[in-house]
Amino acid sequence: MLDSFIPSWAELLRFMPEIILSLVGSLLVMLEPVTGPKSKSMLGHVAIAGLIVALGATFVAHANPGAAFSSMIVVDGFATFFRVIVFTVGILTIFSSYQYLDREGSNRGEYYALILFSVVGQSVMVVANELIMIFIGLEISSIATYVLAGFLRDDKRNNESAIKYFLLGSFATGFLLYGIALIYGATGTTDLGEVRQAVLQSAEPPVLLLSVAAGLMFIGLGFKVSGAPFQMWTPDVYQGAPTPVTAFMSAGPKAAAFAIFLRIFVTVFESVGDRWEPLIWASALASMTIGNFAALQQKNFKRLLAYSSIAHAGYVLVALTARSEIGTASAMFYLAAYALMNMGAFAVIAHVAGKGETTVDVSDFAGLGAKQPVTAALLTIFMLSLIGVPLTGGFFGKFYIFKAALESKLLWLAILGLLNSAVAAYYYLRVLVVMYMEEPSARTENLEPMPMSLQAALWLPAAGVLFLGIFPSAVLEFASASARLLGQ
Amino acid sequence: MDLILFLAFAAIAVICALSVVLQTHPIASALSLVGVMGALSVLYLLLGAEFIAMVQVIVYAGAVMVLFVFVIMLLNADAESPRSTSAMAKALGLPIFLAFAAVLALAVLRLFPDTPLVRFGEFTGGGPADVGMALFTRYLLPFEVISVLILIAIVGAVVLARKEID
Repeated sequence: MLDSFIPSWAELLRFMPEIILSLVGSLLVMLEPVTGPKSKSMLGHVAIAGLIVALGATFVAHANPGAAFSSMIVVDGFATFFRVIVFTVGILTIFSSYQYLDREGSNRGEYYALILFSVVGQSVMVVANELIMIFIGLEISSIATYVLAGFLRDDKRNNESAIKYFLLGSFATGFLLYGIALIYGATGTTDLGEVRQAVLQSAEPPVLLLSVAAGLMFIGLGFKVSGAPFQMWTPDVYQGAPTPVTAFMSAGPKAAAFAIFLRIFVTVFESVGDRWEPLIWASALASMTIGNFAALQQKNFKRLLAYSSIAHAGYVLVALTARSEIGTASAMFYLAAYALMNMGAFAVIAHVAGKGETTVDVSDFAGLGAKQPVTAALLTIFMLSLIGVPLTGGFFGKFYIFKAALESKLLWLAILGLLNSAVAAYYYLRVLVVMYMEEPSARTENLEPMPMSLQAALWLPAAGVLFLGIFPSAVLEFASASARLLGQ
Repeated sequence: MDLILFLAFAAIAVICALSVVLQTHPIASALSLVGVMGALSVLYLLLGAEFIAMVQVIVYAGAVMVLFVFVIMLLNADAESPRSTSAMAKALGLPIFLAFAAVLALAVLRLFPDTPLVRFGEFTGGGPADVGMALFTRYLLPFEVISVLILIAIVGAVVLARKEID
């Protein structure tokens, strides 16, 4: 027993990205008091450097796959895929934050530290192979995000956003924890592999208890991914939070929550799959419909993207309903594409928003095409990708998801999902119409040029979206190969 | 004897928990929470988890609740004014909760139809040595990662409680 006391080098290597980020995060907290008020952006550069090093460590860890720390974590293709997503989201968030924080007079080191710690939590979630580990990762990610949502403390909307997110989020976490307790009660272990073995080997698997546990975990995770009927918090929280934080919330924590959703439901709850399938089916359809139809009526751009994010959660739930390897792979691909296009769209909003976020209505974007054609062109790419137009990542994401649904004989869900995407095209295209066809608004008339950091936050995801749209096979092959590892 | 102890303290825990929610004055809610914590620690003791039972009393019923009560008194919180709850929540809340409890009870009864009662002292392995062993071997990683959780709680409190935005 004692020989597992000291972790081996290989084990440390597999956990190295999280170790690096925790150390850099702590360093930032210590550097914050000794940096002058003018040079806080330096701390952001340190955070980006830390994330890039962690990204490198992820690939080193991927070269040494396997379990570590009494199989608390497992480094496989699936974990590496999502680690890359959450680290990239972290880098893009910091790039789009510099200008925003300076404008609001709130550029502080704690912001970057909290982003890093939140990313650590998400990274722990995606590598975790054990329910306790998953829970701790989820809590780290969530609590850091609650604080970030209310980071501009003297802004009323920030406060509203943070308190709503915190209260409902803690409540949802309770359900998740209850589900974990029931799984432990039914099988006597919290290790995903052991739970799966215990269920497969028992002559009479505790189907009812596992179904209840699946239902409870669906409530907890459904909240985190803002799937219907647990989507109520999304518009208010997304609208109230600082725009770069909204971008972060809609990409990083969401991708990580979907990662554990997939890992738990495809491994542990596979045996009761036909019980939870109708539940996820209904949730997927409700998320798509509610999200898209509510988005049609939004004037505020952030609120519009919040409803659209509910709809996109619905598409990924369609992939989960398929309950197949190709379904898992398509969900992975979609989450990567979605993270990129959403980060880009929110970066444009952060640029146009102005001090105190006074100009975030769709009508404030009028004339952007004439005043800043490059920015408008990039926003066009993101909007087309959100619609799912060919040559963008969003197209192949939707294509693979509906293909997976059809292969699993989910004909109606695929048809209704496609109809939903057609509805969605209307509100995304409206943004383009306003941007190119209307006279410049008071805001776009005096829009300041875009700083370098924000340009990086736009060009990188735009390149990524186009790459996924033109060469999807490289990423999809990696995703398919990793999806096969699930359930081992 | 075990059954009586269990039923008594389980009932106290449930009644105190209801009281936490139903009381209108924050201090009364906080004191009810002490009751929940105390009753839970007896249940842990019955299950042979001596260490957890002691920690429950010292940390939760003691330290954490003292902080709660201090904060409530410092804020000078009054009894909360009655809020309007939606008619749907009033009408559906209790039936849905009861249905949920029934499903859970059914699931547990199906899974363990005739399991004998747990006798006090039957379980061992909940002492400090065993807990320490588990924490530093199998559960080493979660134990370490929780330090990040505590760190962000501190950083978050500092961020949200700072005097003014510079």
